[in-house]
Amino acid sequence: MSAFLTLVARDLRLALRQGGDAAMVIAFYVLAVVLFPFGVGPETDLLQRIAAGIVWVTALLAALLSLERLFQADYEDGSLEALALLPLPLEAQVLAKCLAHWLVAGLPLIVVAPLLALLLHLDPAGYPALVAGMALGTPILSLVGAIGAALSLGARRGGVLLSLLVLPLYIPVLIFGVAAVEAGIAGFGARPDLLLLAALLVLAVGLVPFAAAAALRLALE
Amino acid sequence: MFRLANPNRFMQWSGKLLPWCAIATAIFLGLGLWLALFVAPPDYQQGESVRIMYVHVPSAYMATTVYAIMAVASAVALIWRHPVADIAAREAAPLGAGFTLLCLVSGSLWGKPMWGTWWVWDARLTSVLVLFFLYLGYIALINAFDEPTRGARAGAILALVGVVNLPIIKFSVDWWNTLHQPASIFRLGGPTIAASMLWPLAVMALGFTLFFVTLWLMRIRSALMAAKLRALRLQQAV
Repeated sequence: MSAFLTLVARDLRLALRQGGDAAMVIAFYVLAVVLFPFGVGPETDLLQRIAAGIVWVTALLAALLSLERLFQADYEDGSLEALALLPLPLEAQVLAKCLAHWLVAGLPLIVVAPLLALLLHLDPAGYPALVAGMALGTPILSLVGAIGAALSLGARRGGVLLSLLVLPLYIPVLIFGVAAVEAGIAGFGARPDLLLLAALLVLAVGLVPFAAAAALRLALE
Repeated sequence: MFRLANPNRFMQWSGKLLPWCAIATAIFLGLGLWLALFVAPPDYQQGESVRIMYVHVPSAYMATTVYAIMAVASAVALIWRHPVADIAAREAAPLGAGFTLLCLVSGSLWGKPMWGTWWVWDARLTSVLVLFFLYLGYIALINAFDEPTRGARAGAILALVGVVNLPIIKFSVDWWNTLHQPASIFRLGGPTIAASMLWPLAVMALGFTLFFVTLWLMRIRSALMAAKLRALRLQQAV
């Protein structure tokens, strides 16, 4: 456990000292959302109708943007090979790296999302479901993204490839995340959709480390 | 399975099998098309356009089956380092993507007269579209590495991850009650489709399966031959 926490602390320290990772993700998120009122026009009704979708879709893209950093730097400077020699199983290391990635790139999204929803005039009834859905959904984005990031290590045009691999797998999160907000606004209660997101999260925590660790071992061969 | 791990033995075996597969494909696809287009009755509600079903349903069935085959071949390749299974998974992917596209296009053509729209964001349609993207991602991934074996094994991991989508496709019509109709063939309590339509459909499905097997064997054989050719050229160069 202490090795796990040490690895999380190391990744966090690296991300914070190099700086800019979280800031860049947030800047992209805000900018991408702000583009929509220019694109579809500033009518309040229209923006209110599509606010949940915009906030979620751009959150997916913002999460995607930072995924490449997950293993790439460690792969390039060789520390991934040193990490693979640790007694801590590679599966646990994947979880630790995902946790660190989520703290740096996922948590800020949850904080910023309600503010952006405010800009788009989201119905007040939708905010609890939006934040709860984001809290359950963004860790899934980090976890599922870890598979794509590990698989595309050393590939040509890795960035584009990564989005092609990961975005289809993000669709369930998007569907249930938006459905939760819509249900909250319509007054049905967001509970079923949030429970489905929680189920996806449990599934991802259980299965992703094995797939991502297998991909990392392949990259290290 | 392990006897076929030897490429030479696979070539012998598949060479003998291939002509029979091709003949059976021609017979069953021909018979199926004749049954579907001329013998099967028009539907009492949908009229003649129900005949799109005889292409749409088999291609949907092939789209998911080919993915399952690809996943099994990938698992075999990963676990036992089976060299032919590697190539088999890789060569099945474009065929699966083709069937998925055929399924989406024929469904769209059927949806326009019946539902009044080319496309709806219904759970079944969306999950099949995701399947199509999974195929494309797989094909992109296996071609993204300079070393072909590295690409094949990365692809195998991705194929196994993508398996989660298959039960979603199968049960999407039960979990979400939307425009696409629920299962009428493989269901508890027997099929609800009339026997006069079930038979042509079954023959078409068999024809599609044989068509896939024929093309798949041809693709694996040509990939093995290309690998051999490359090895011979390298030998000559040295």
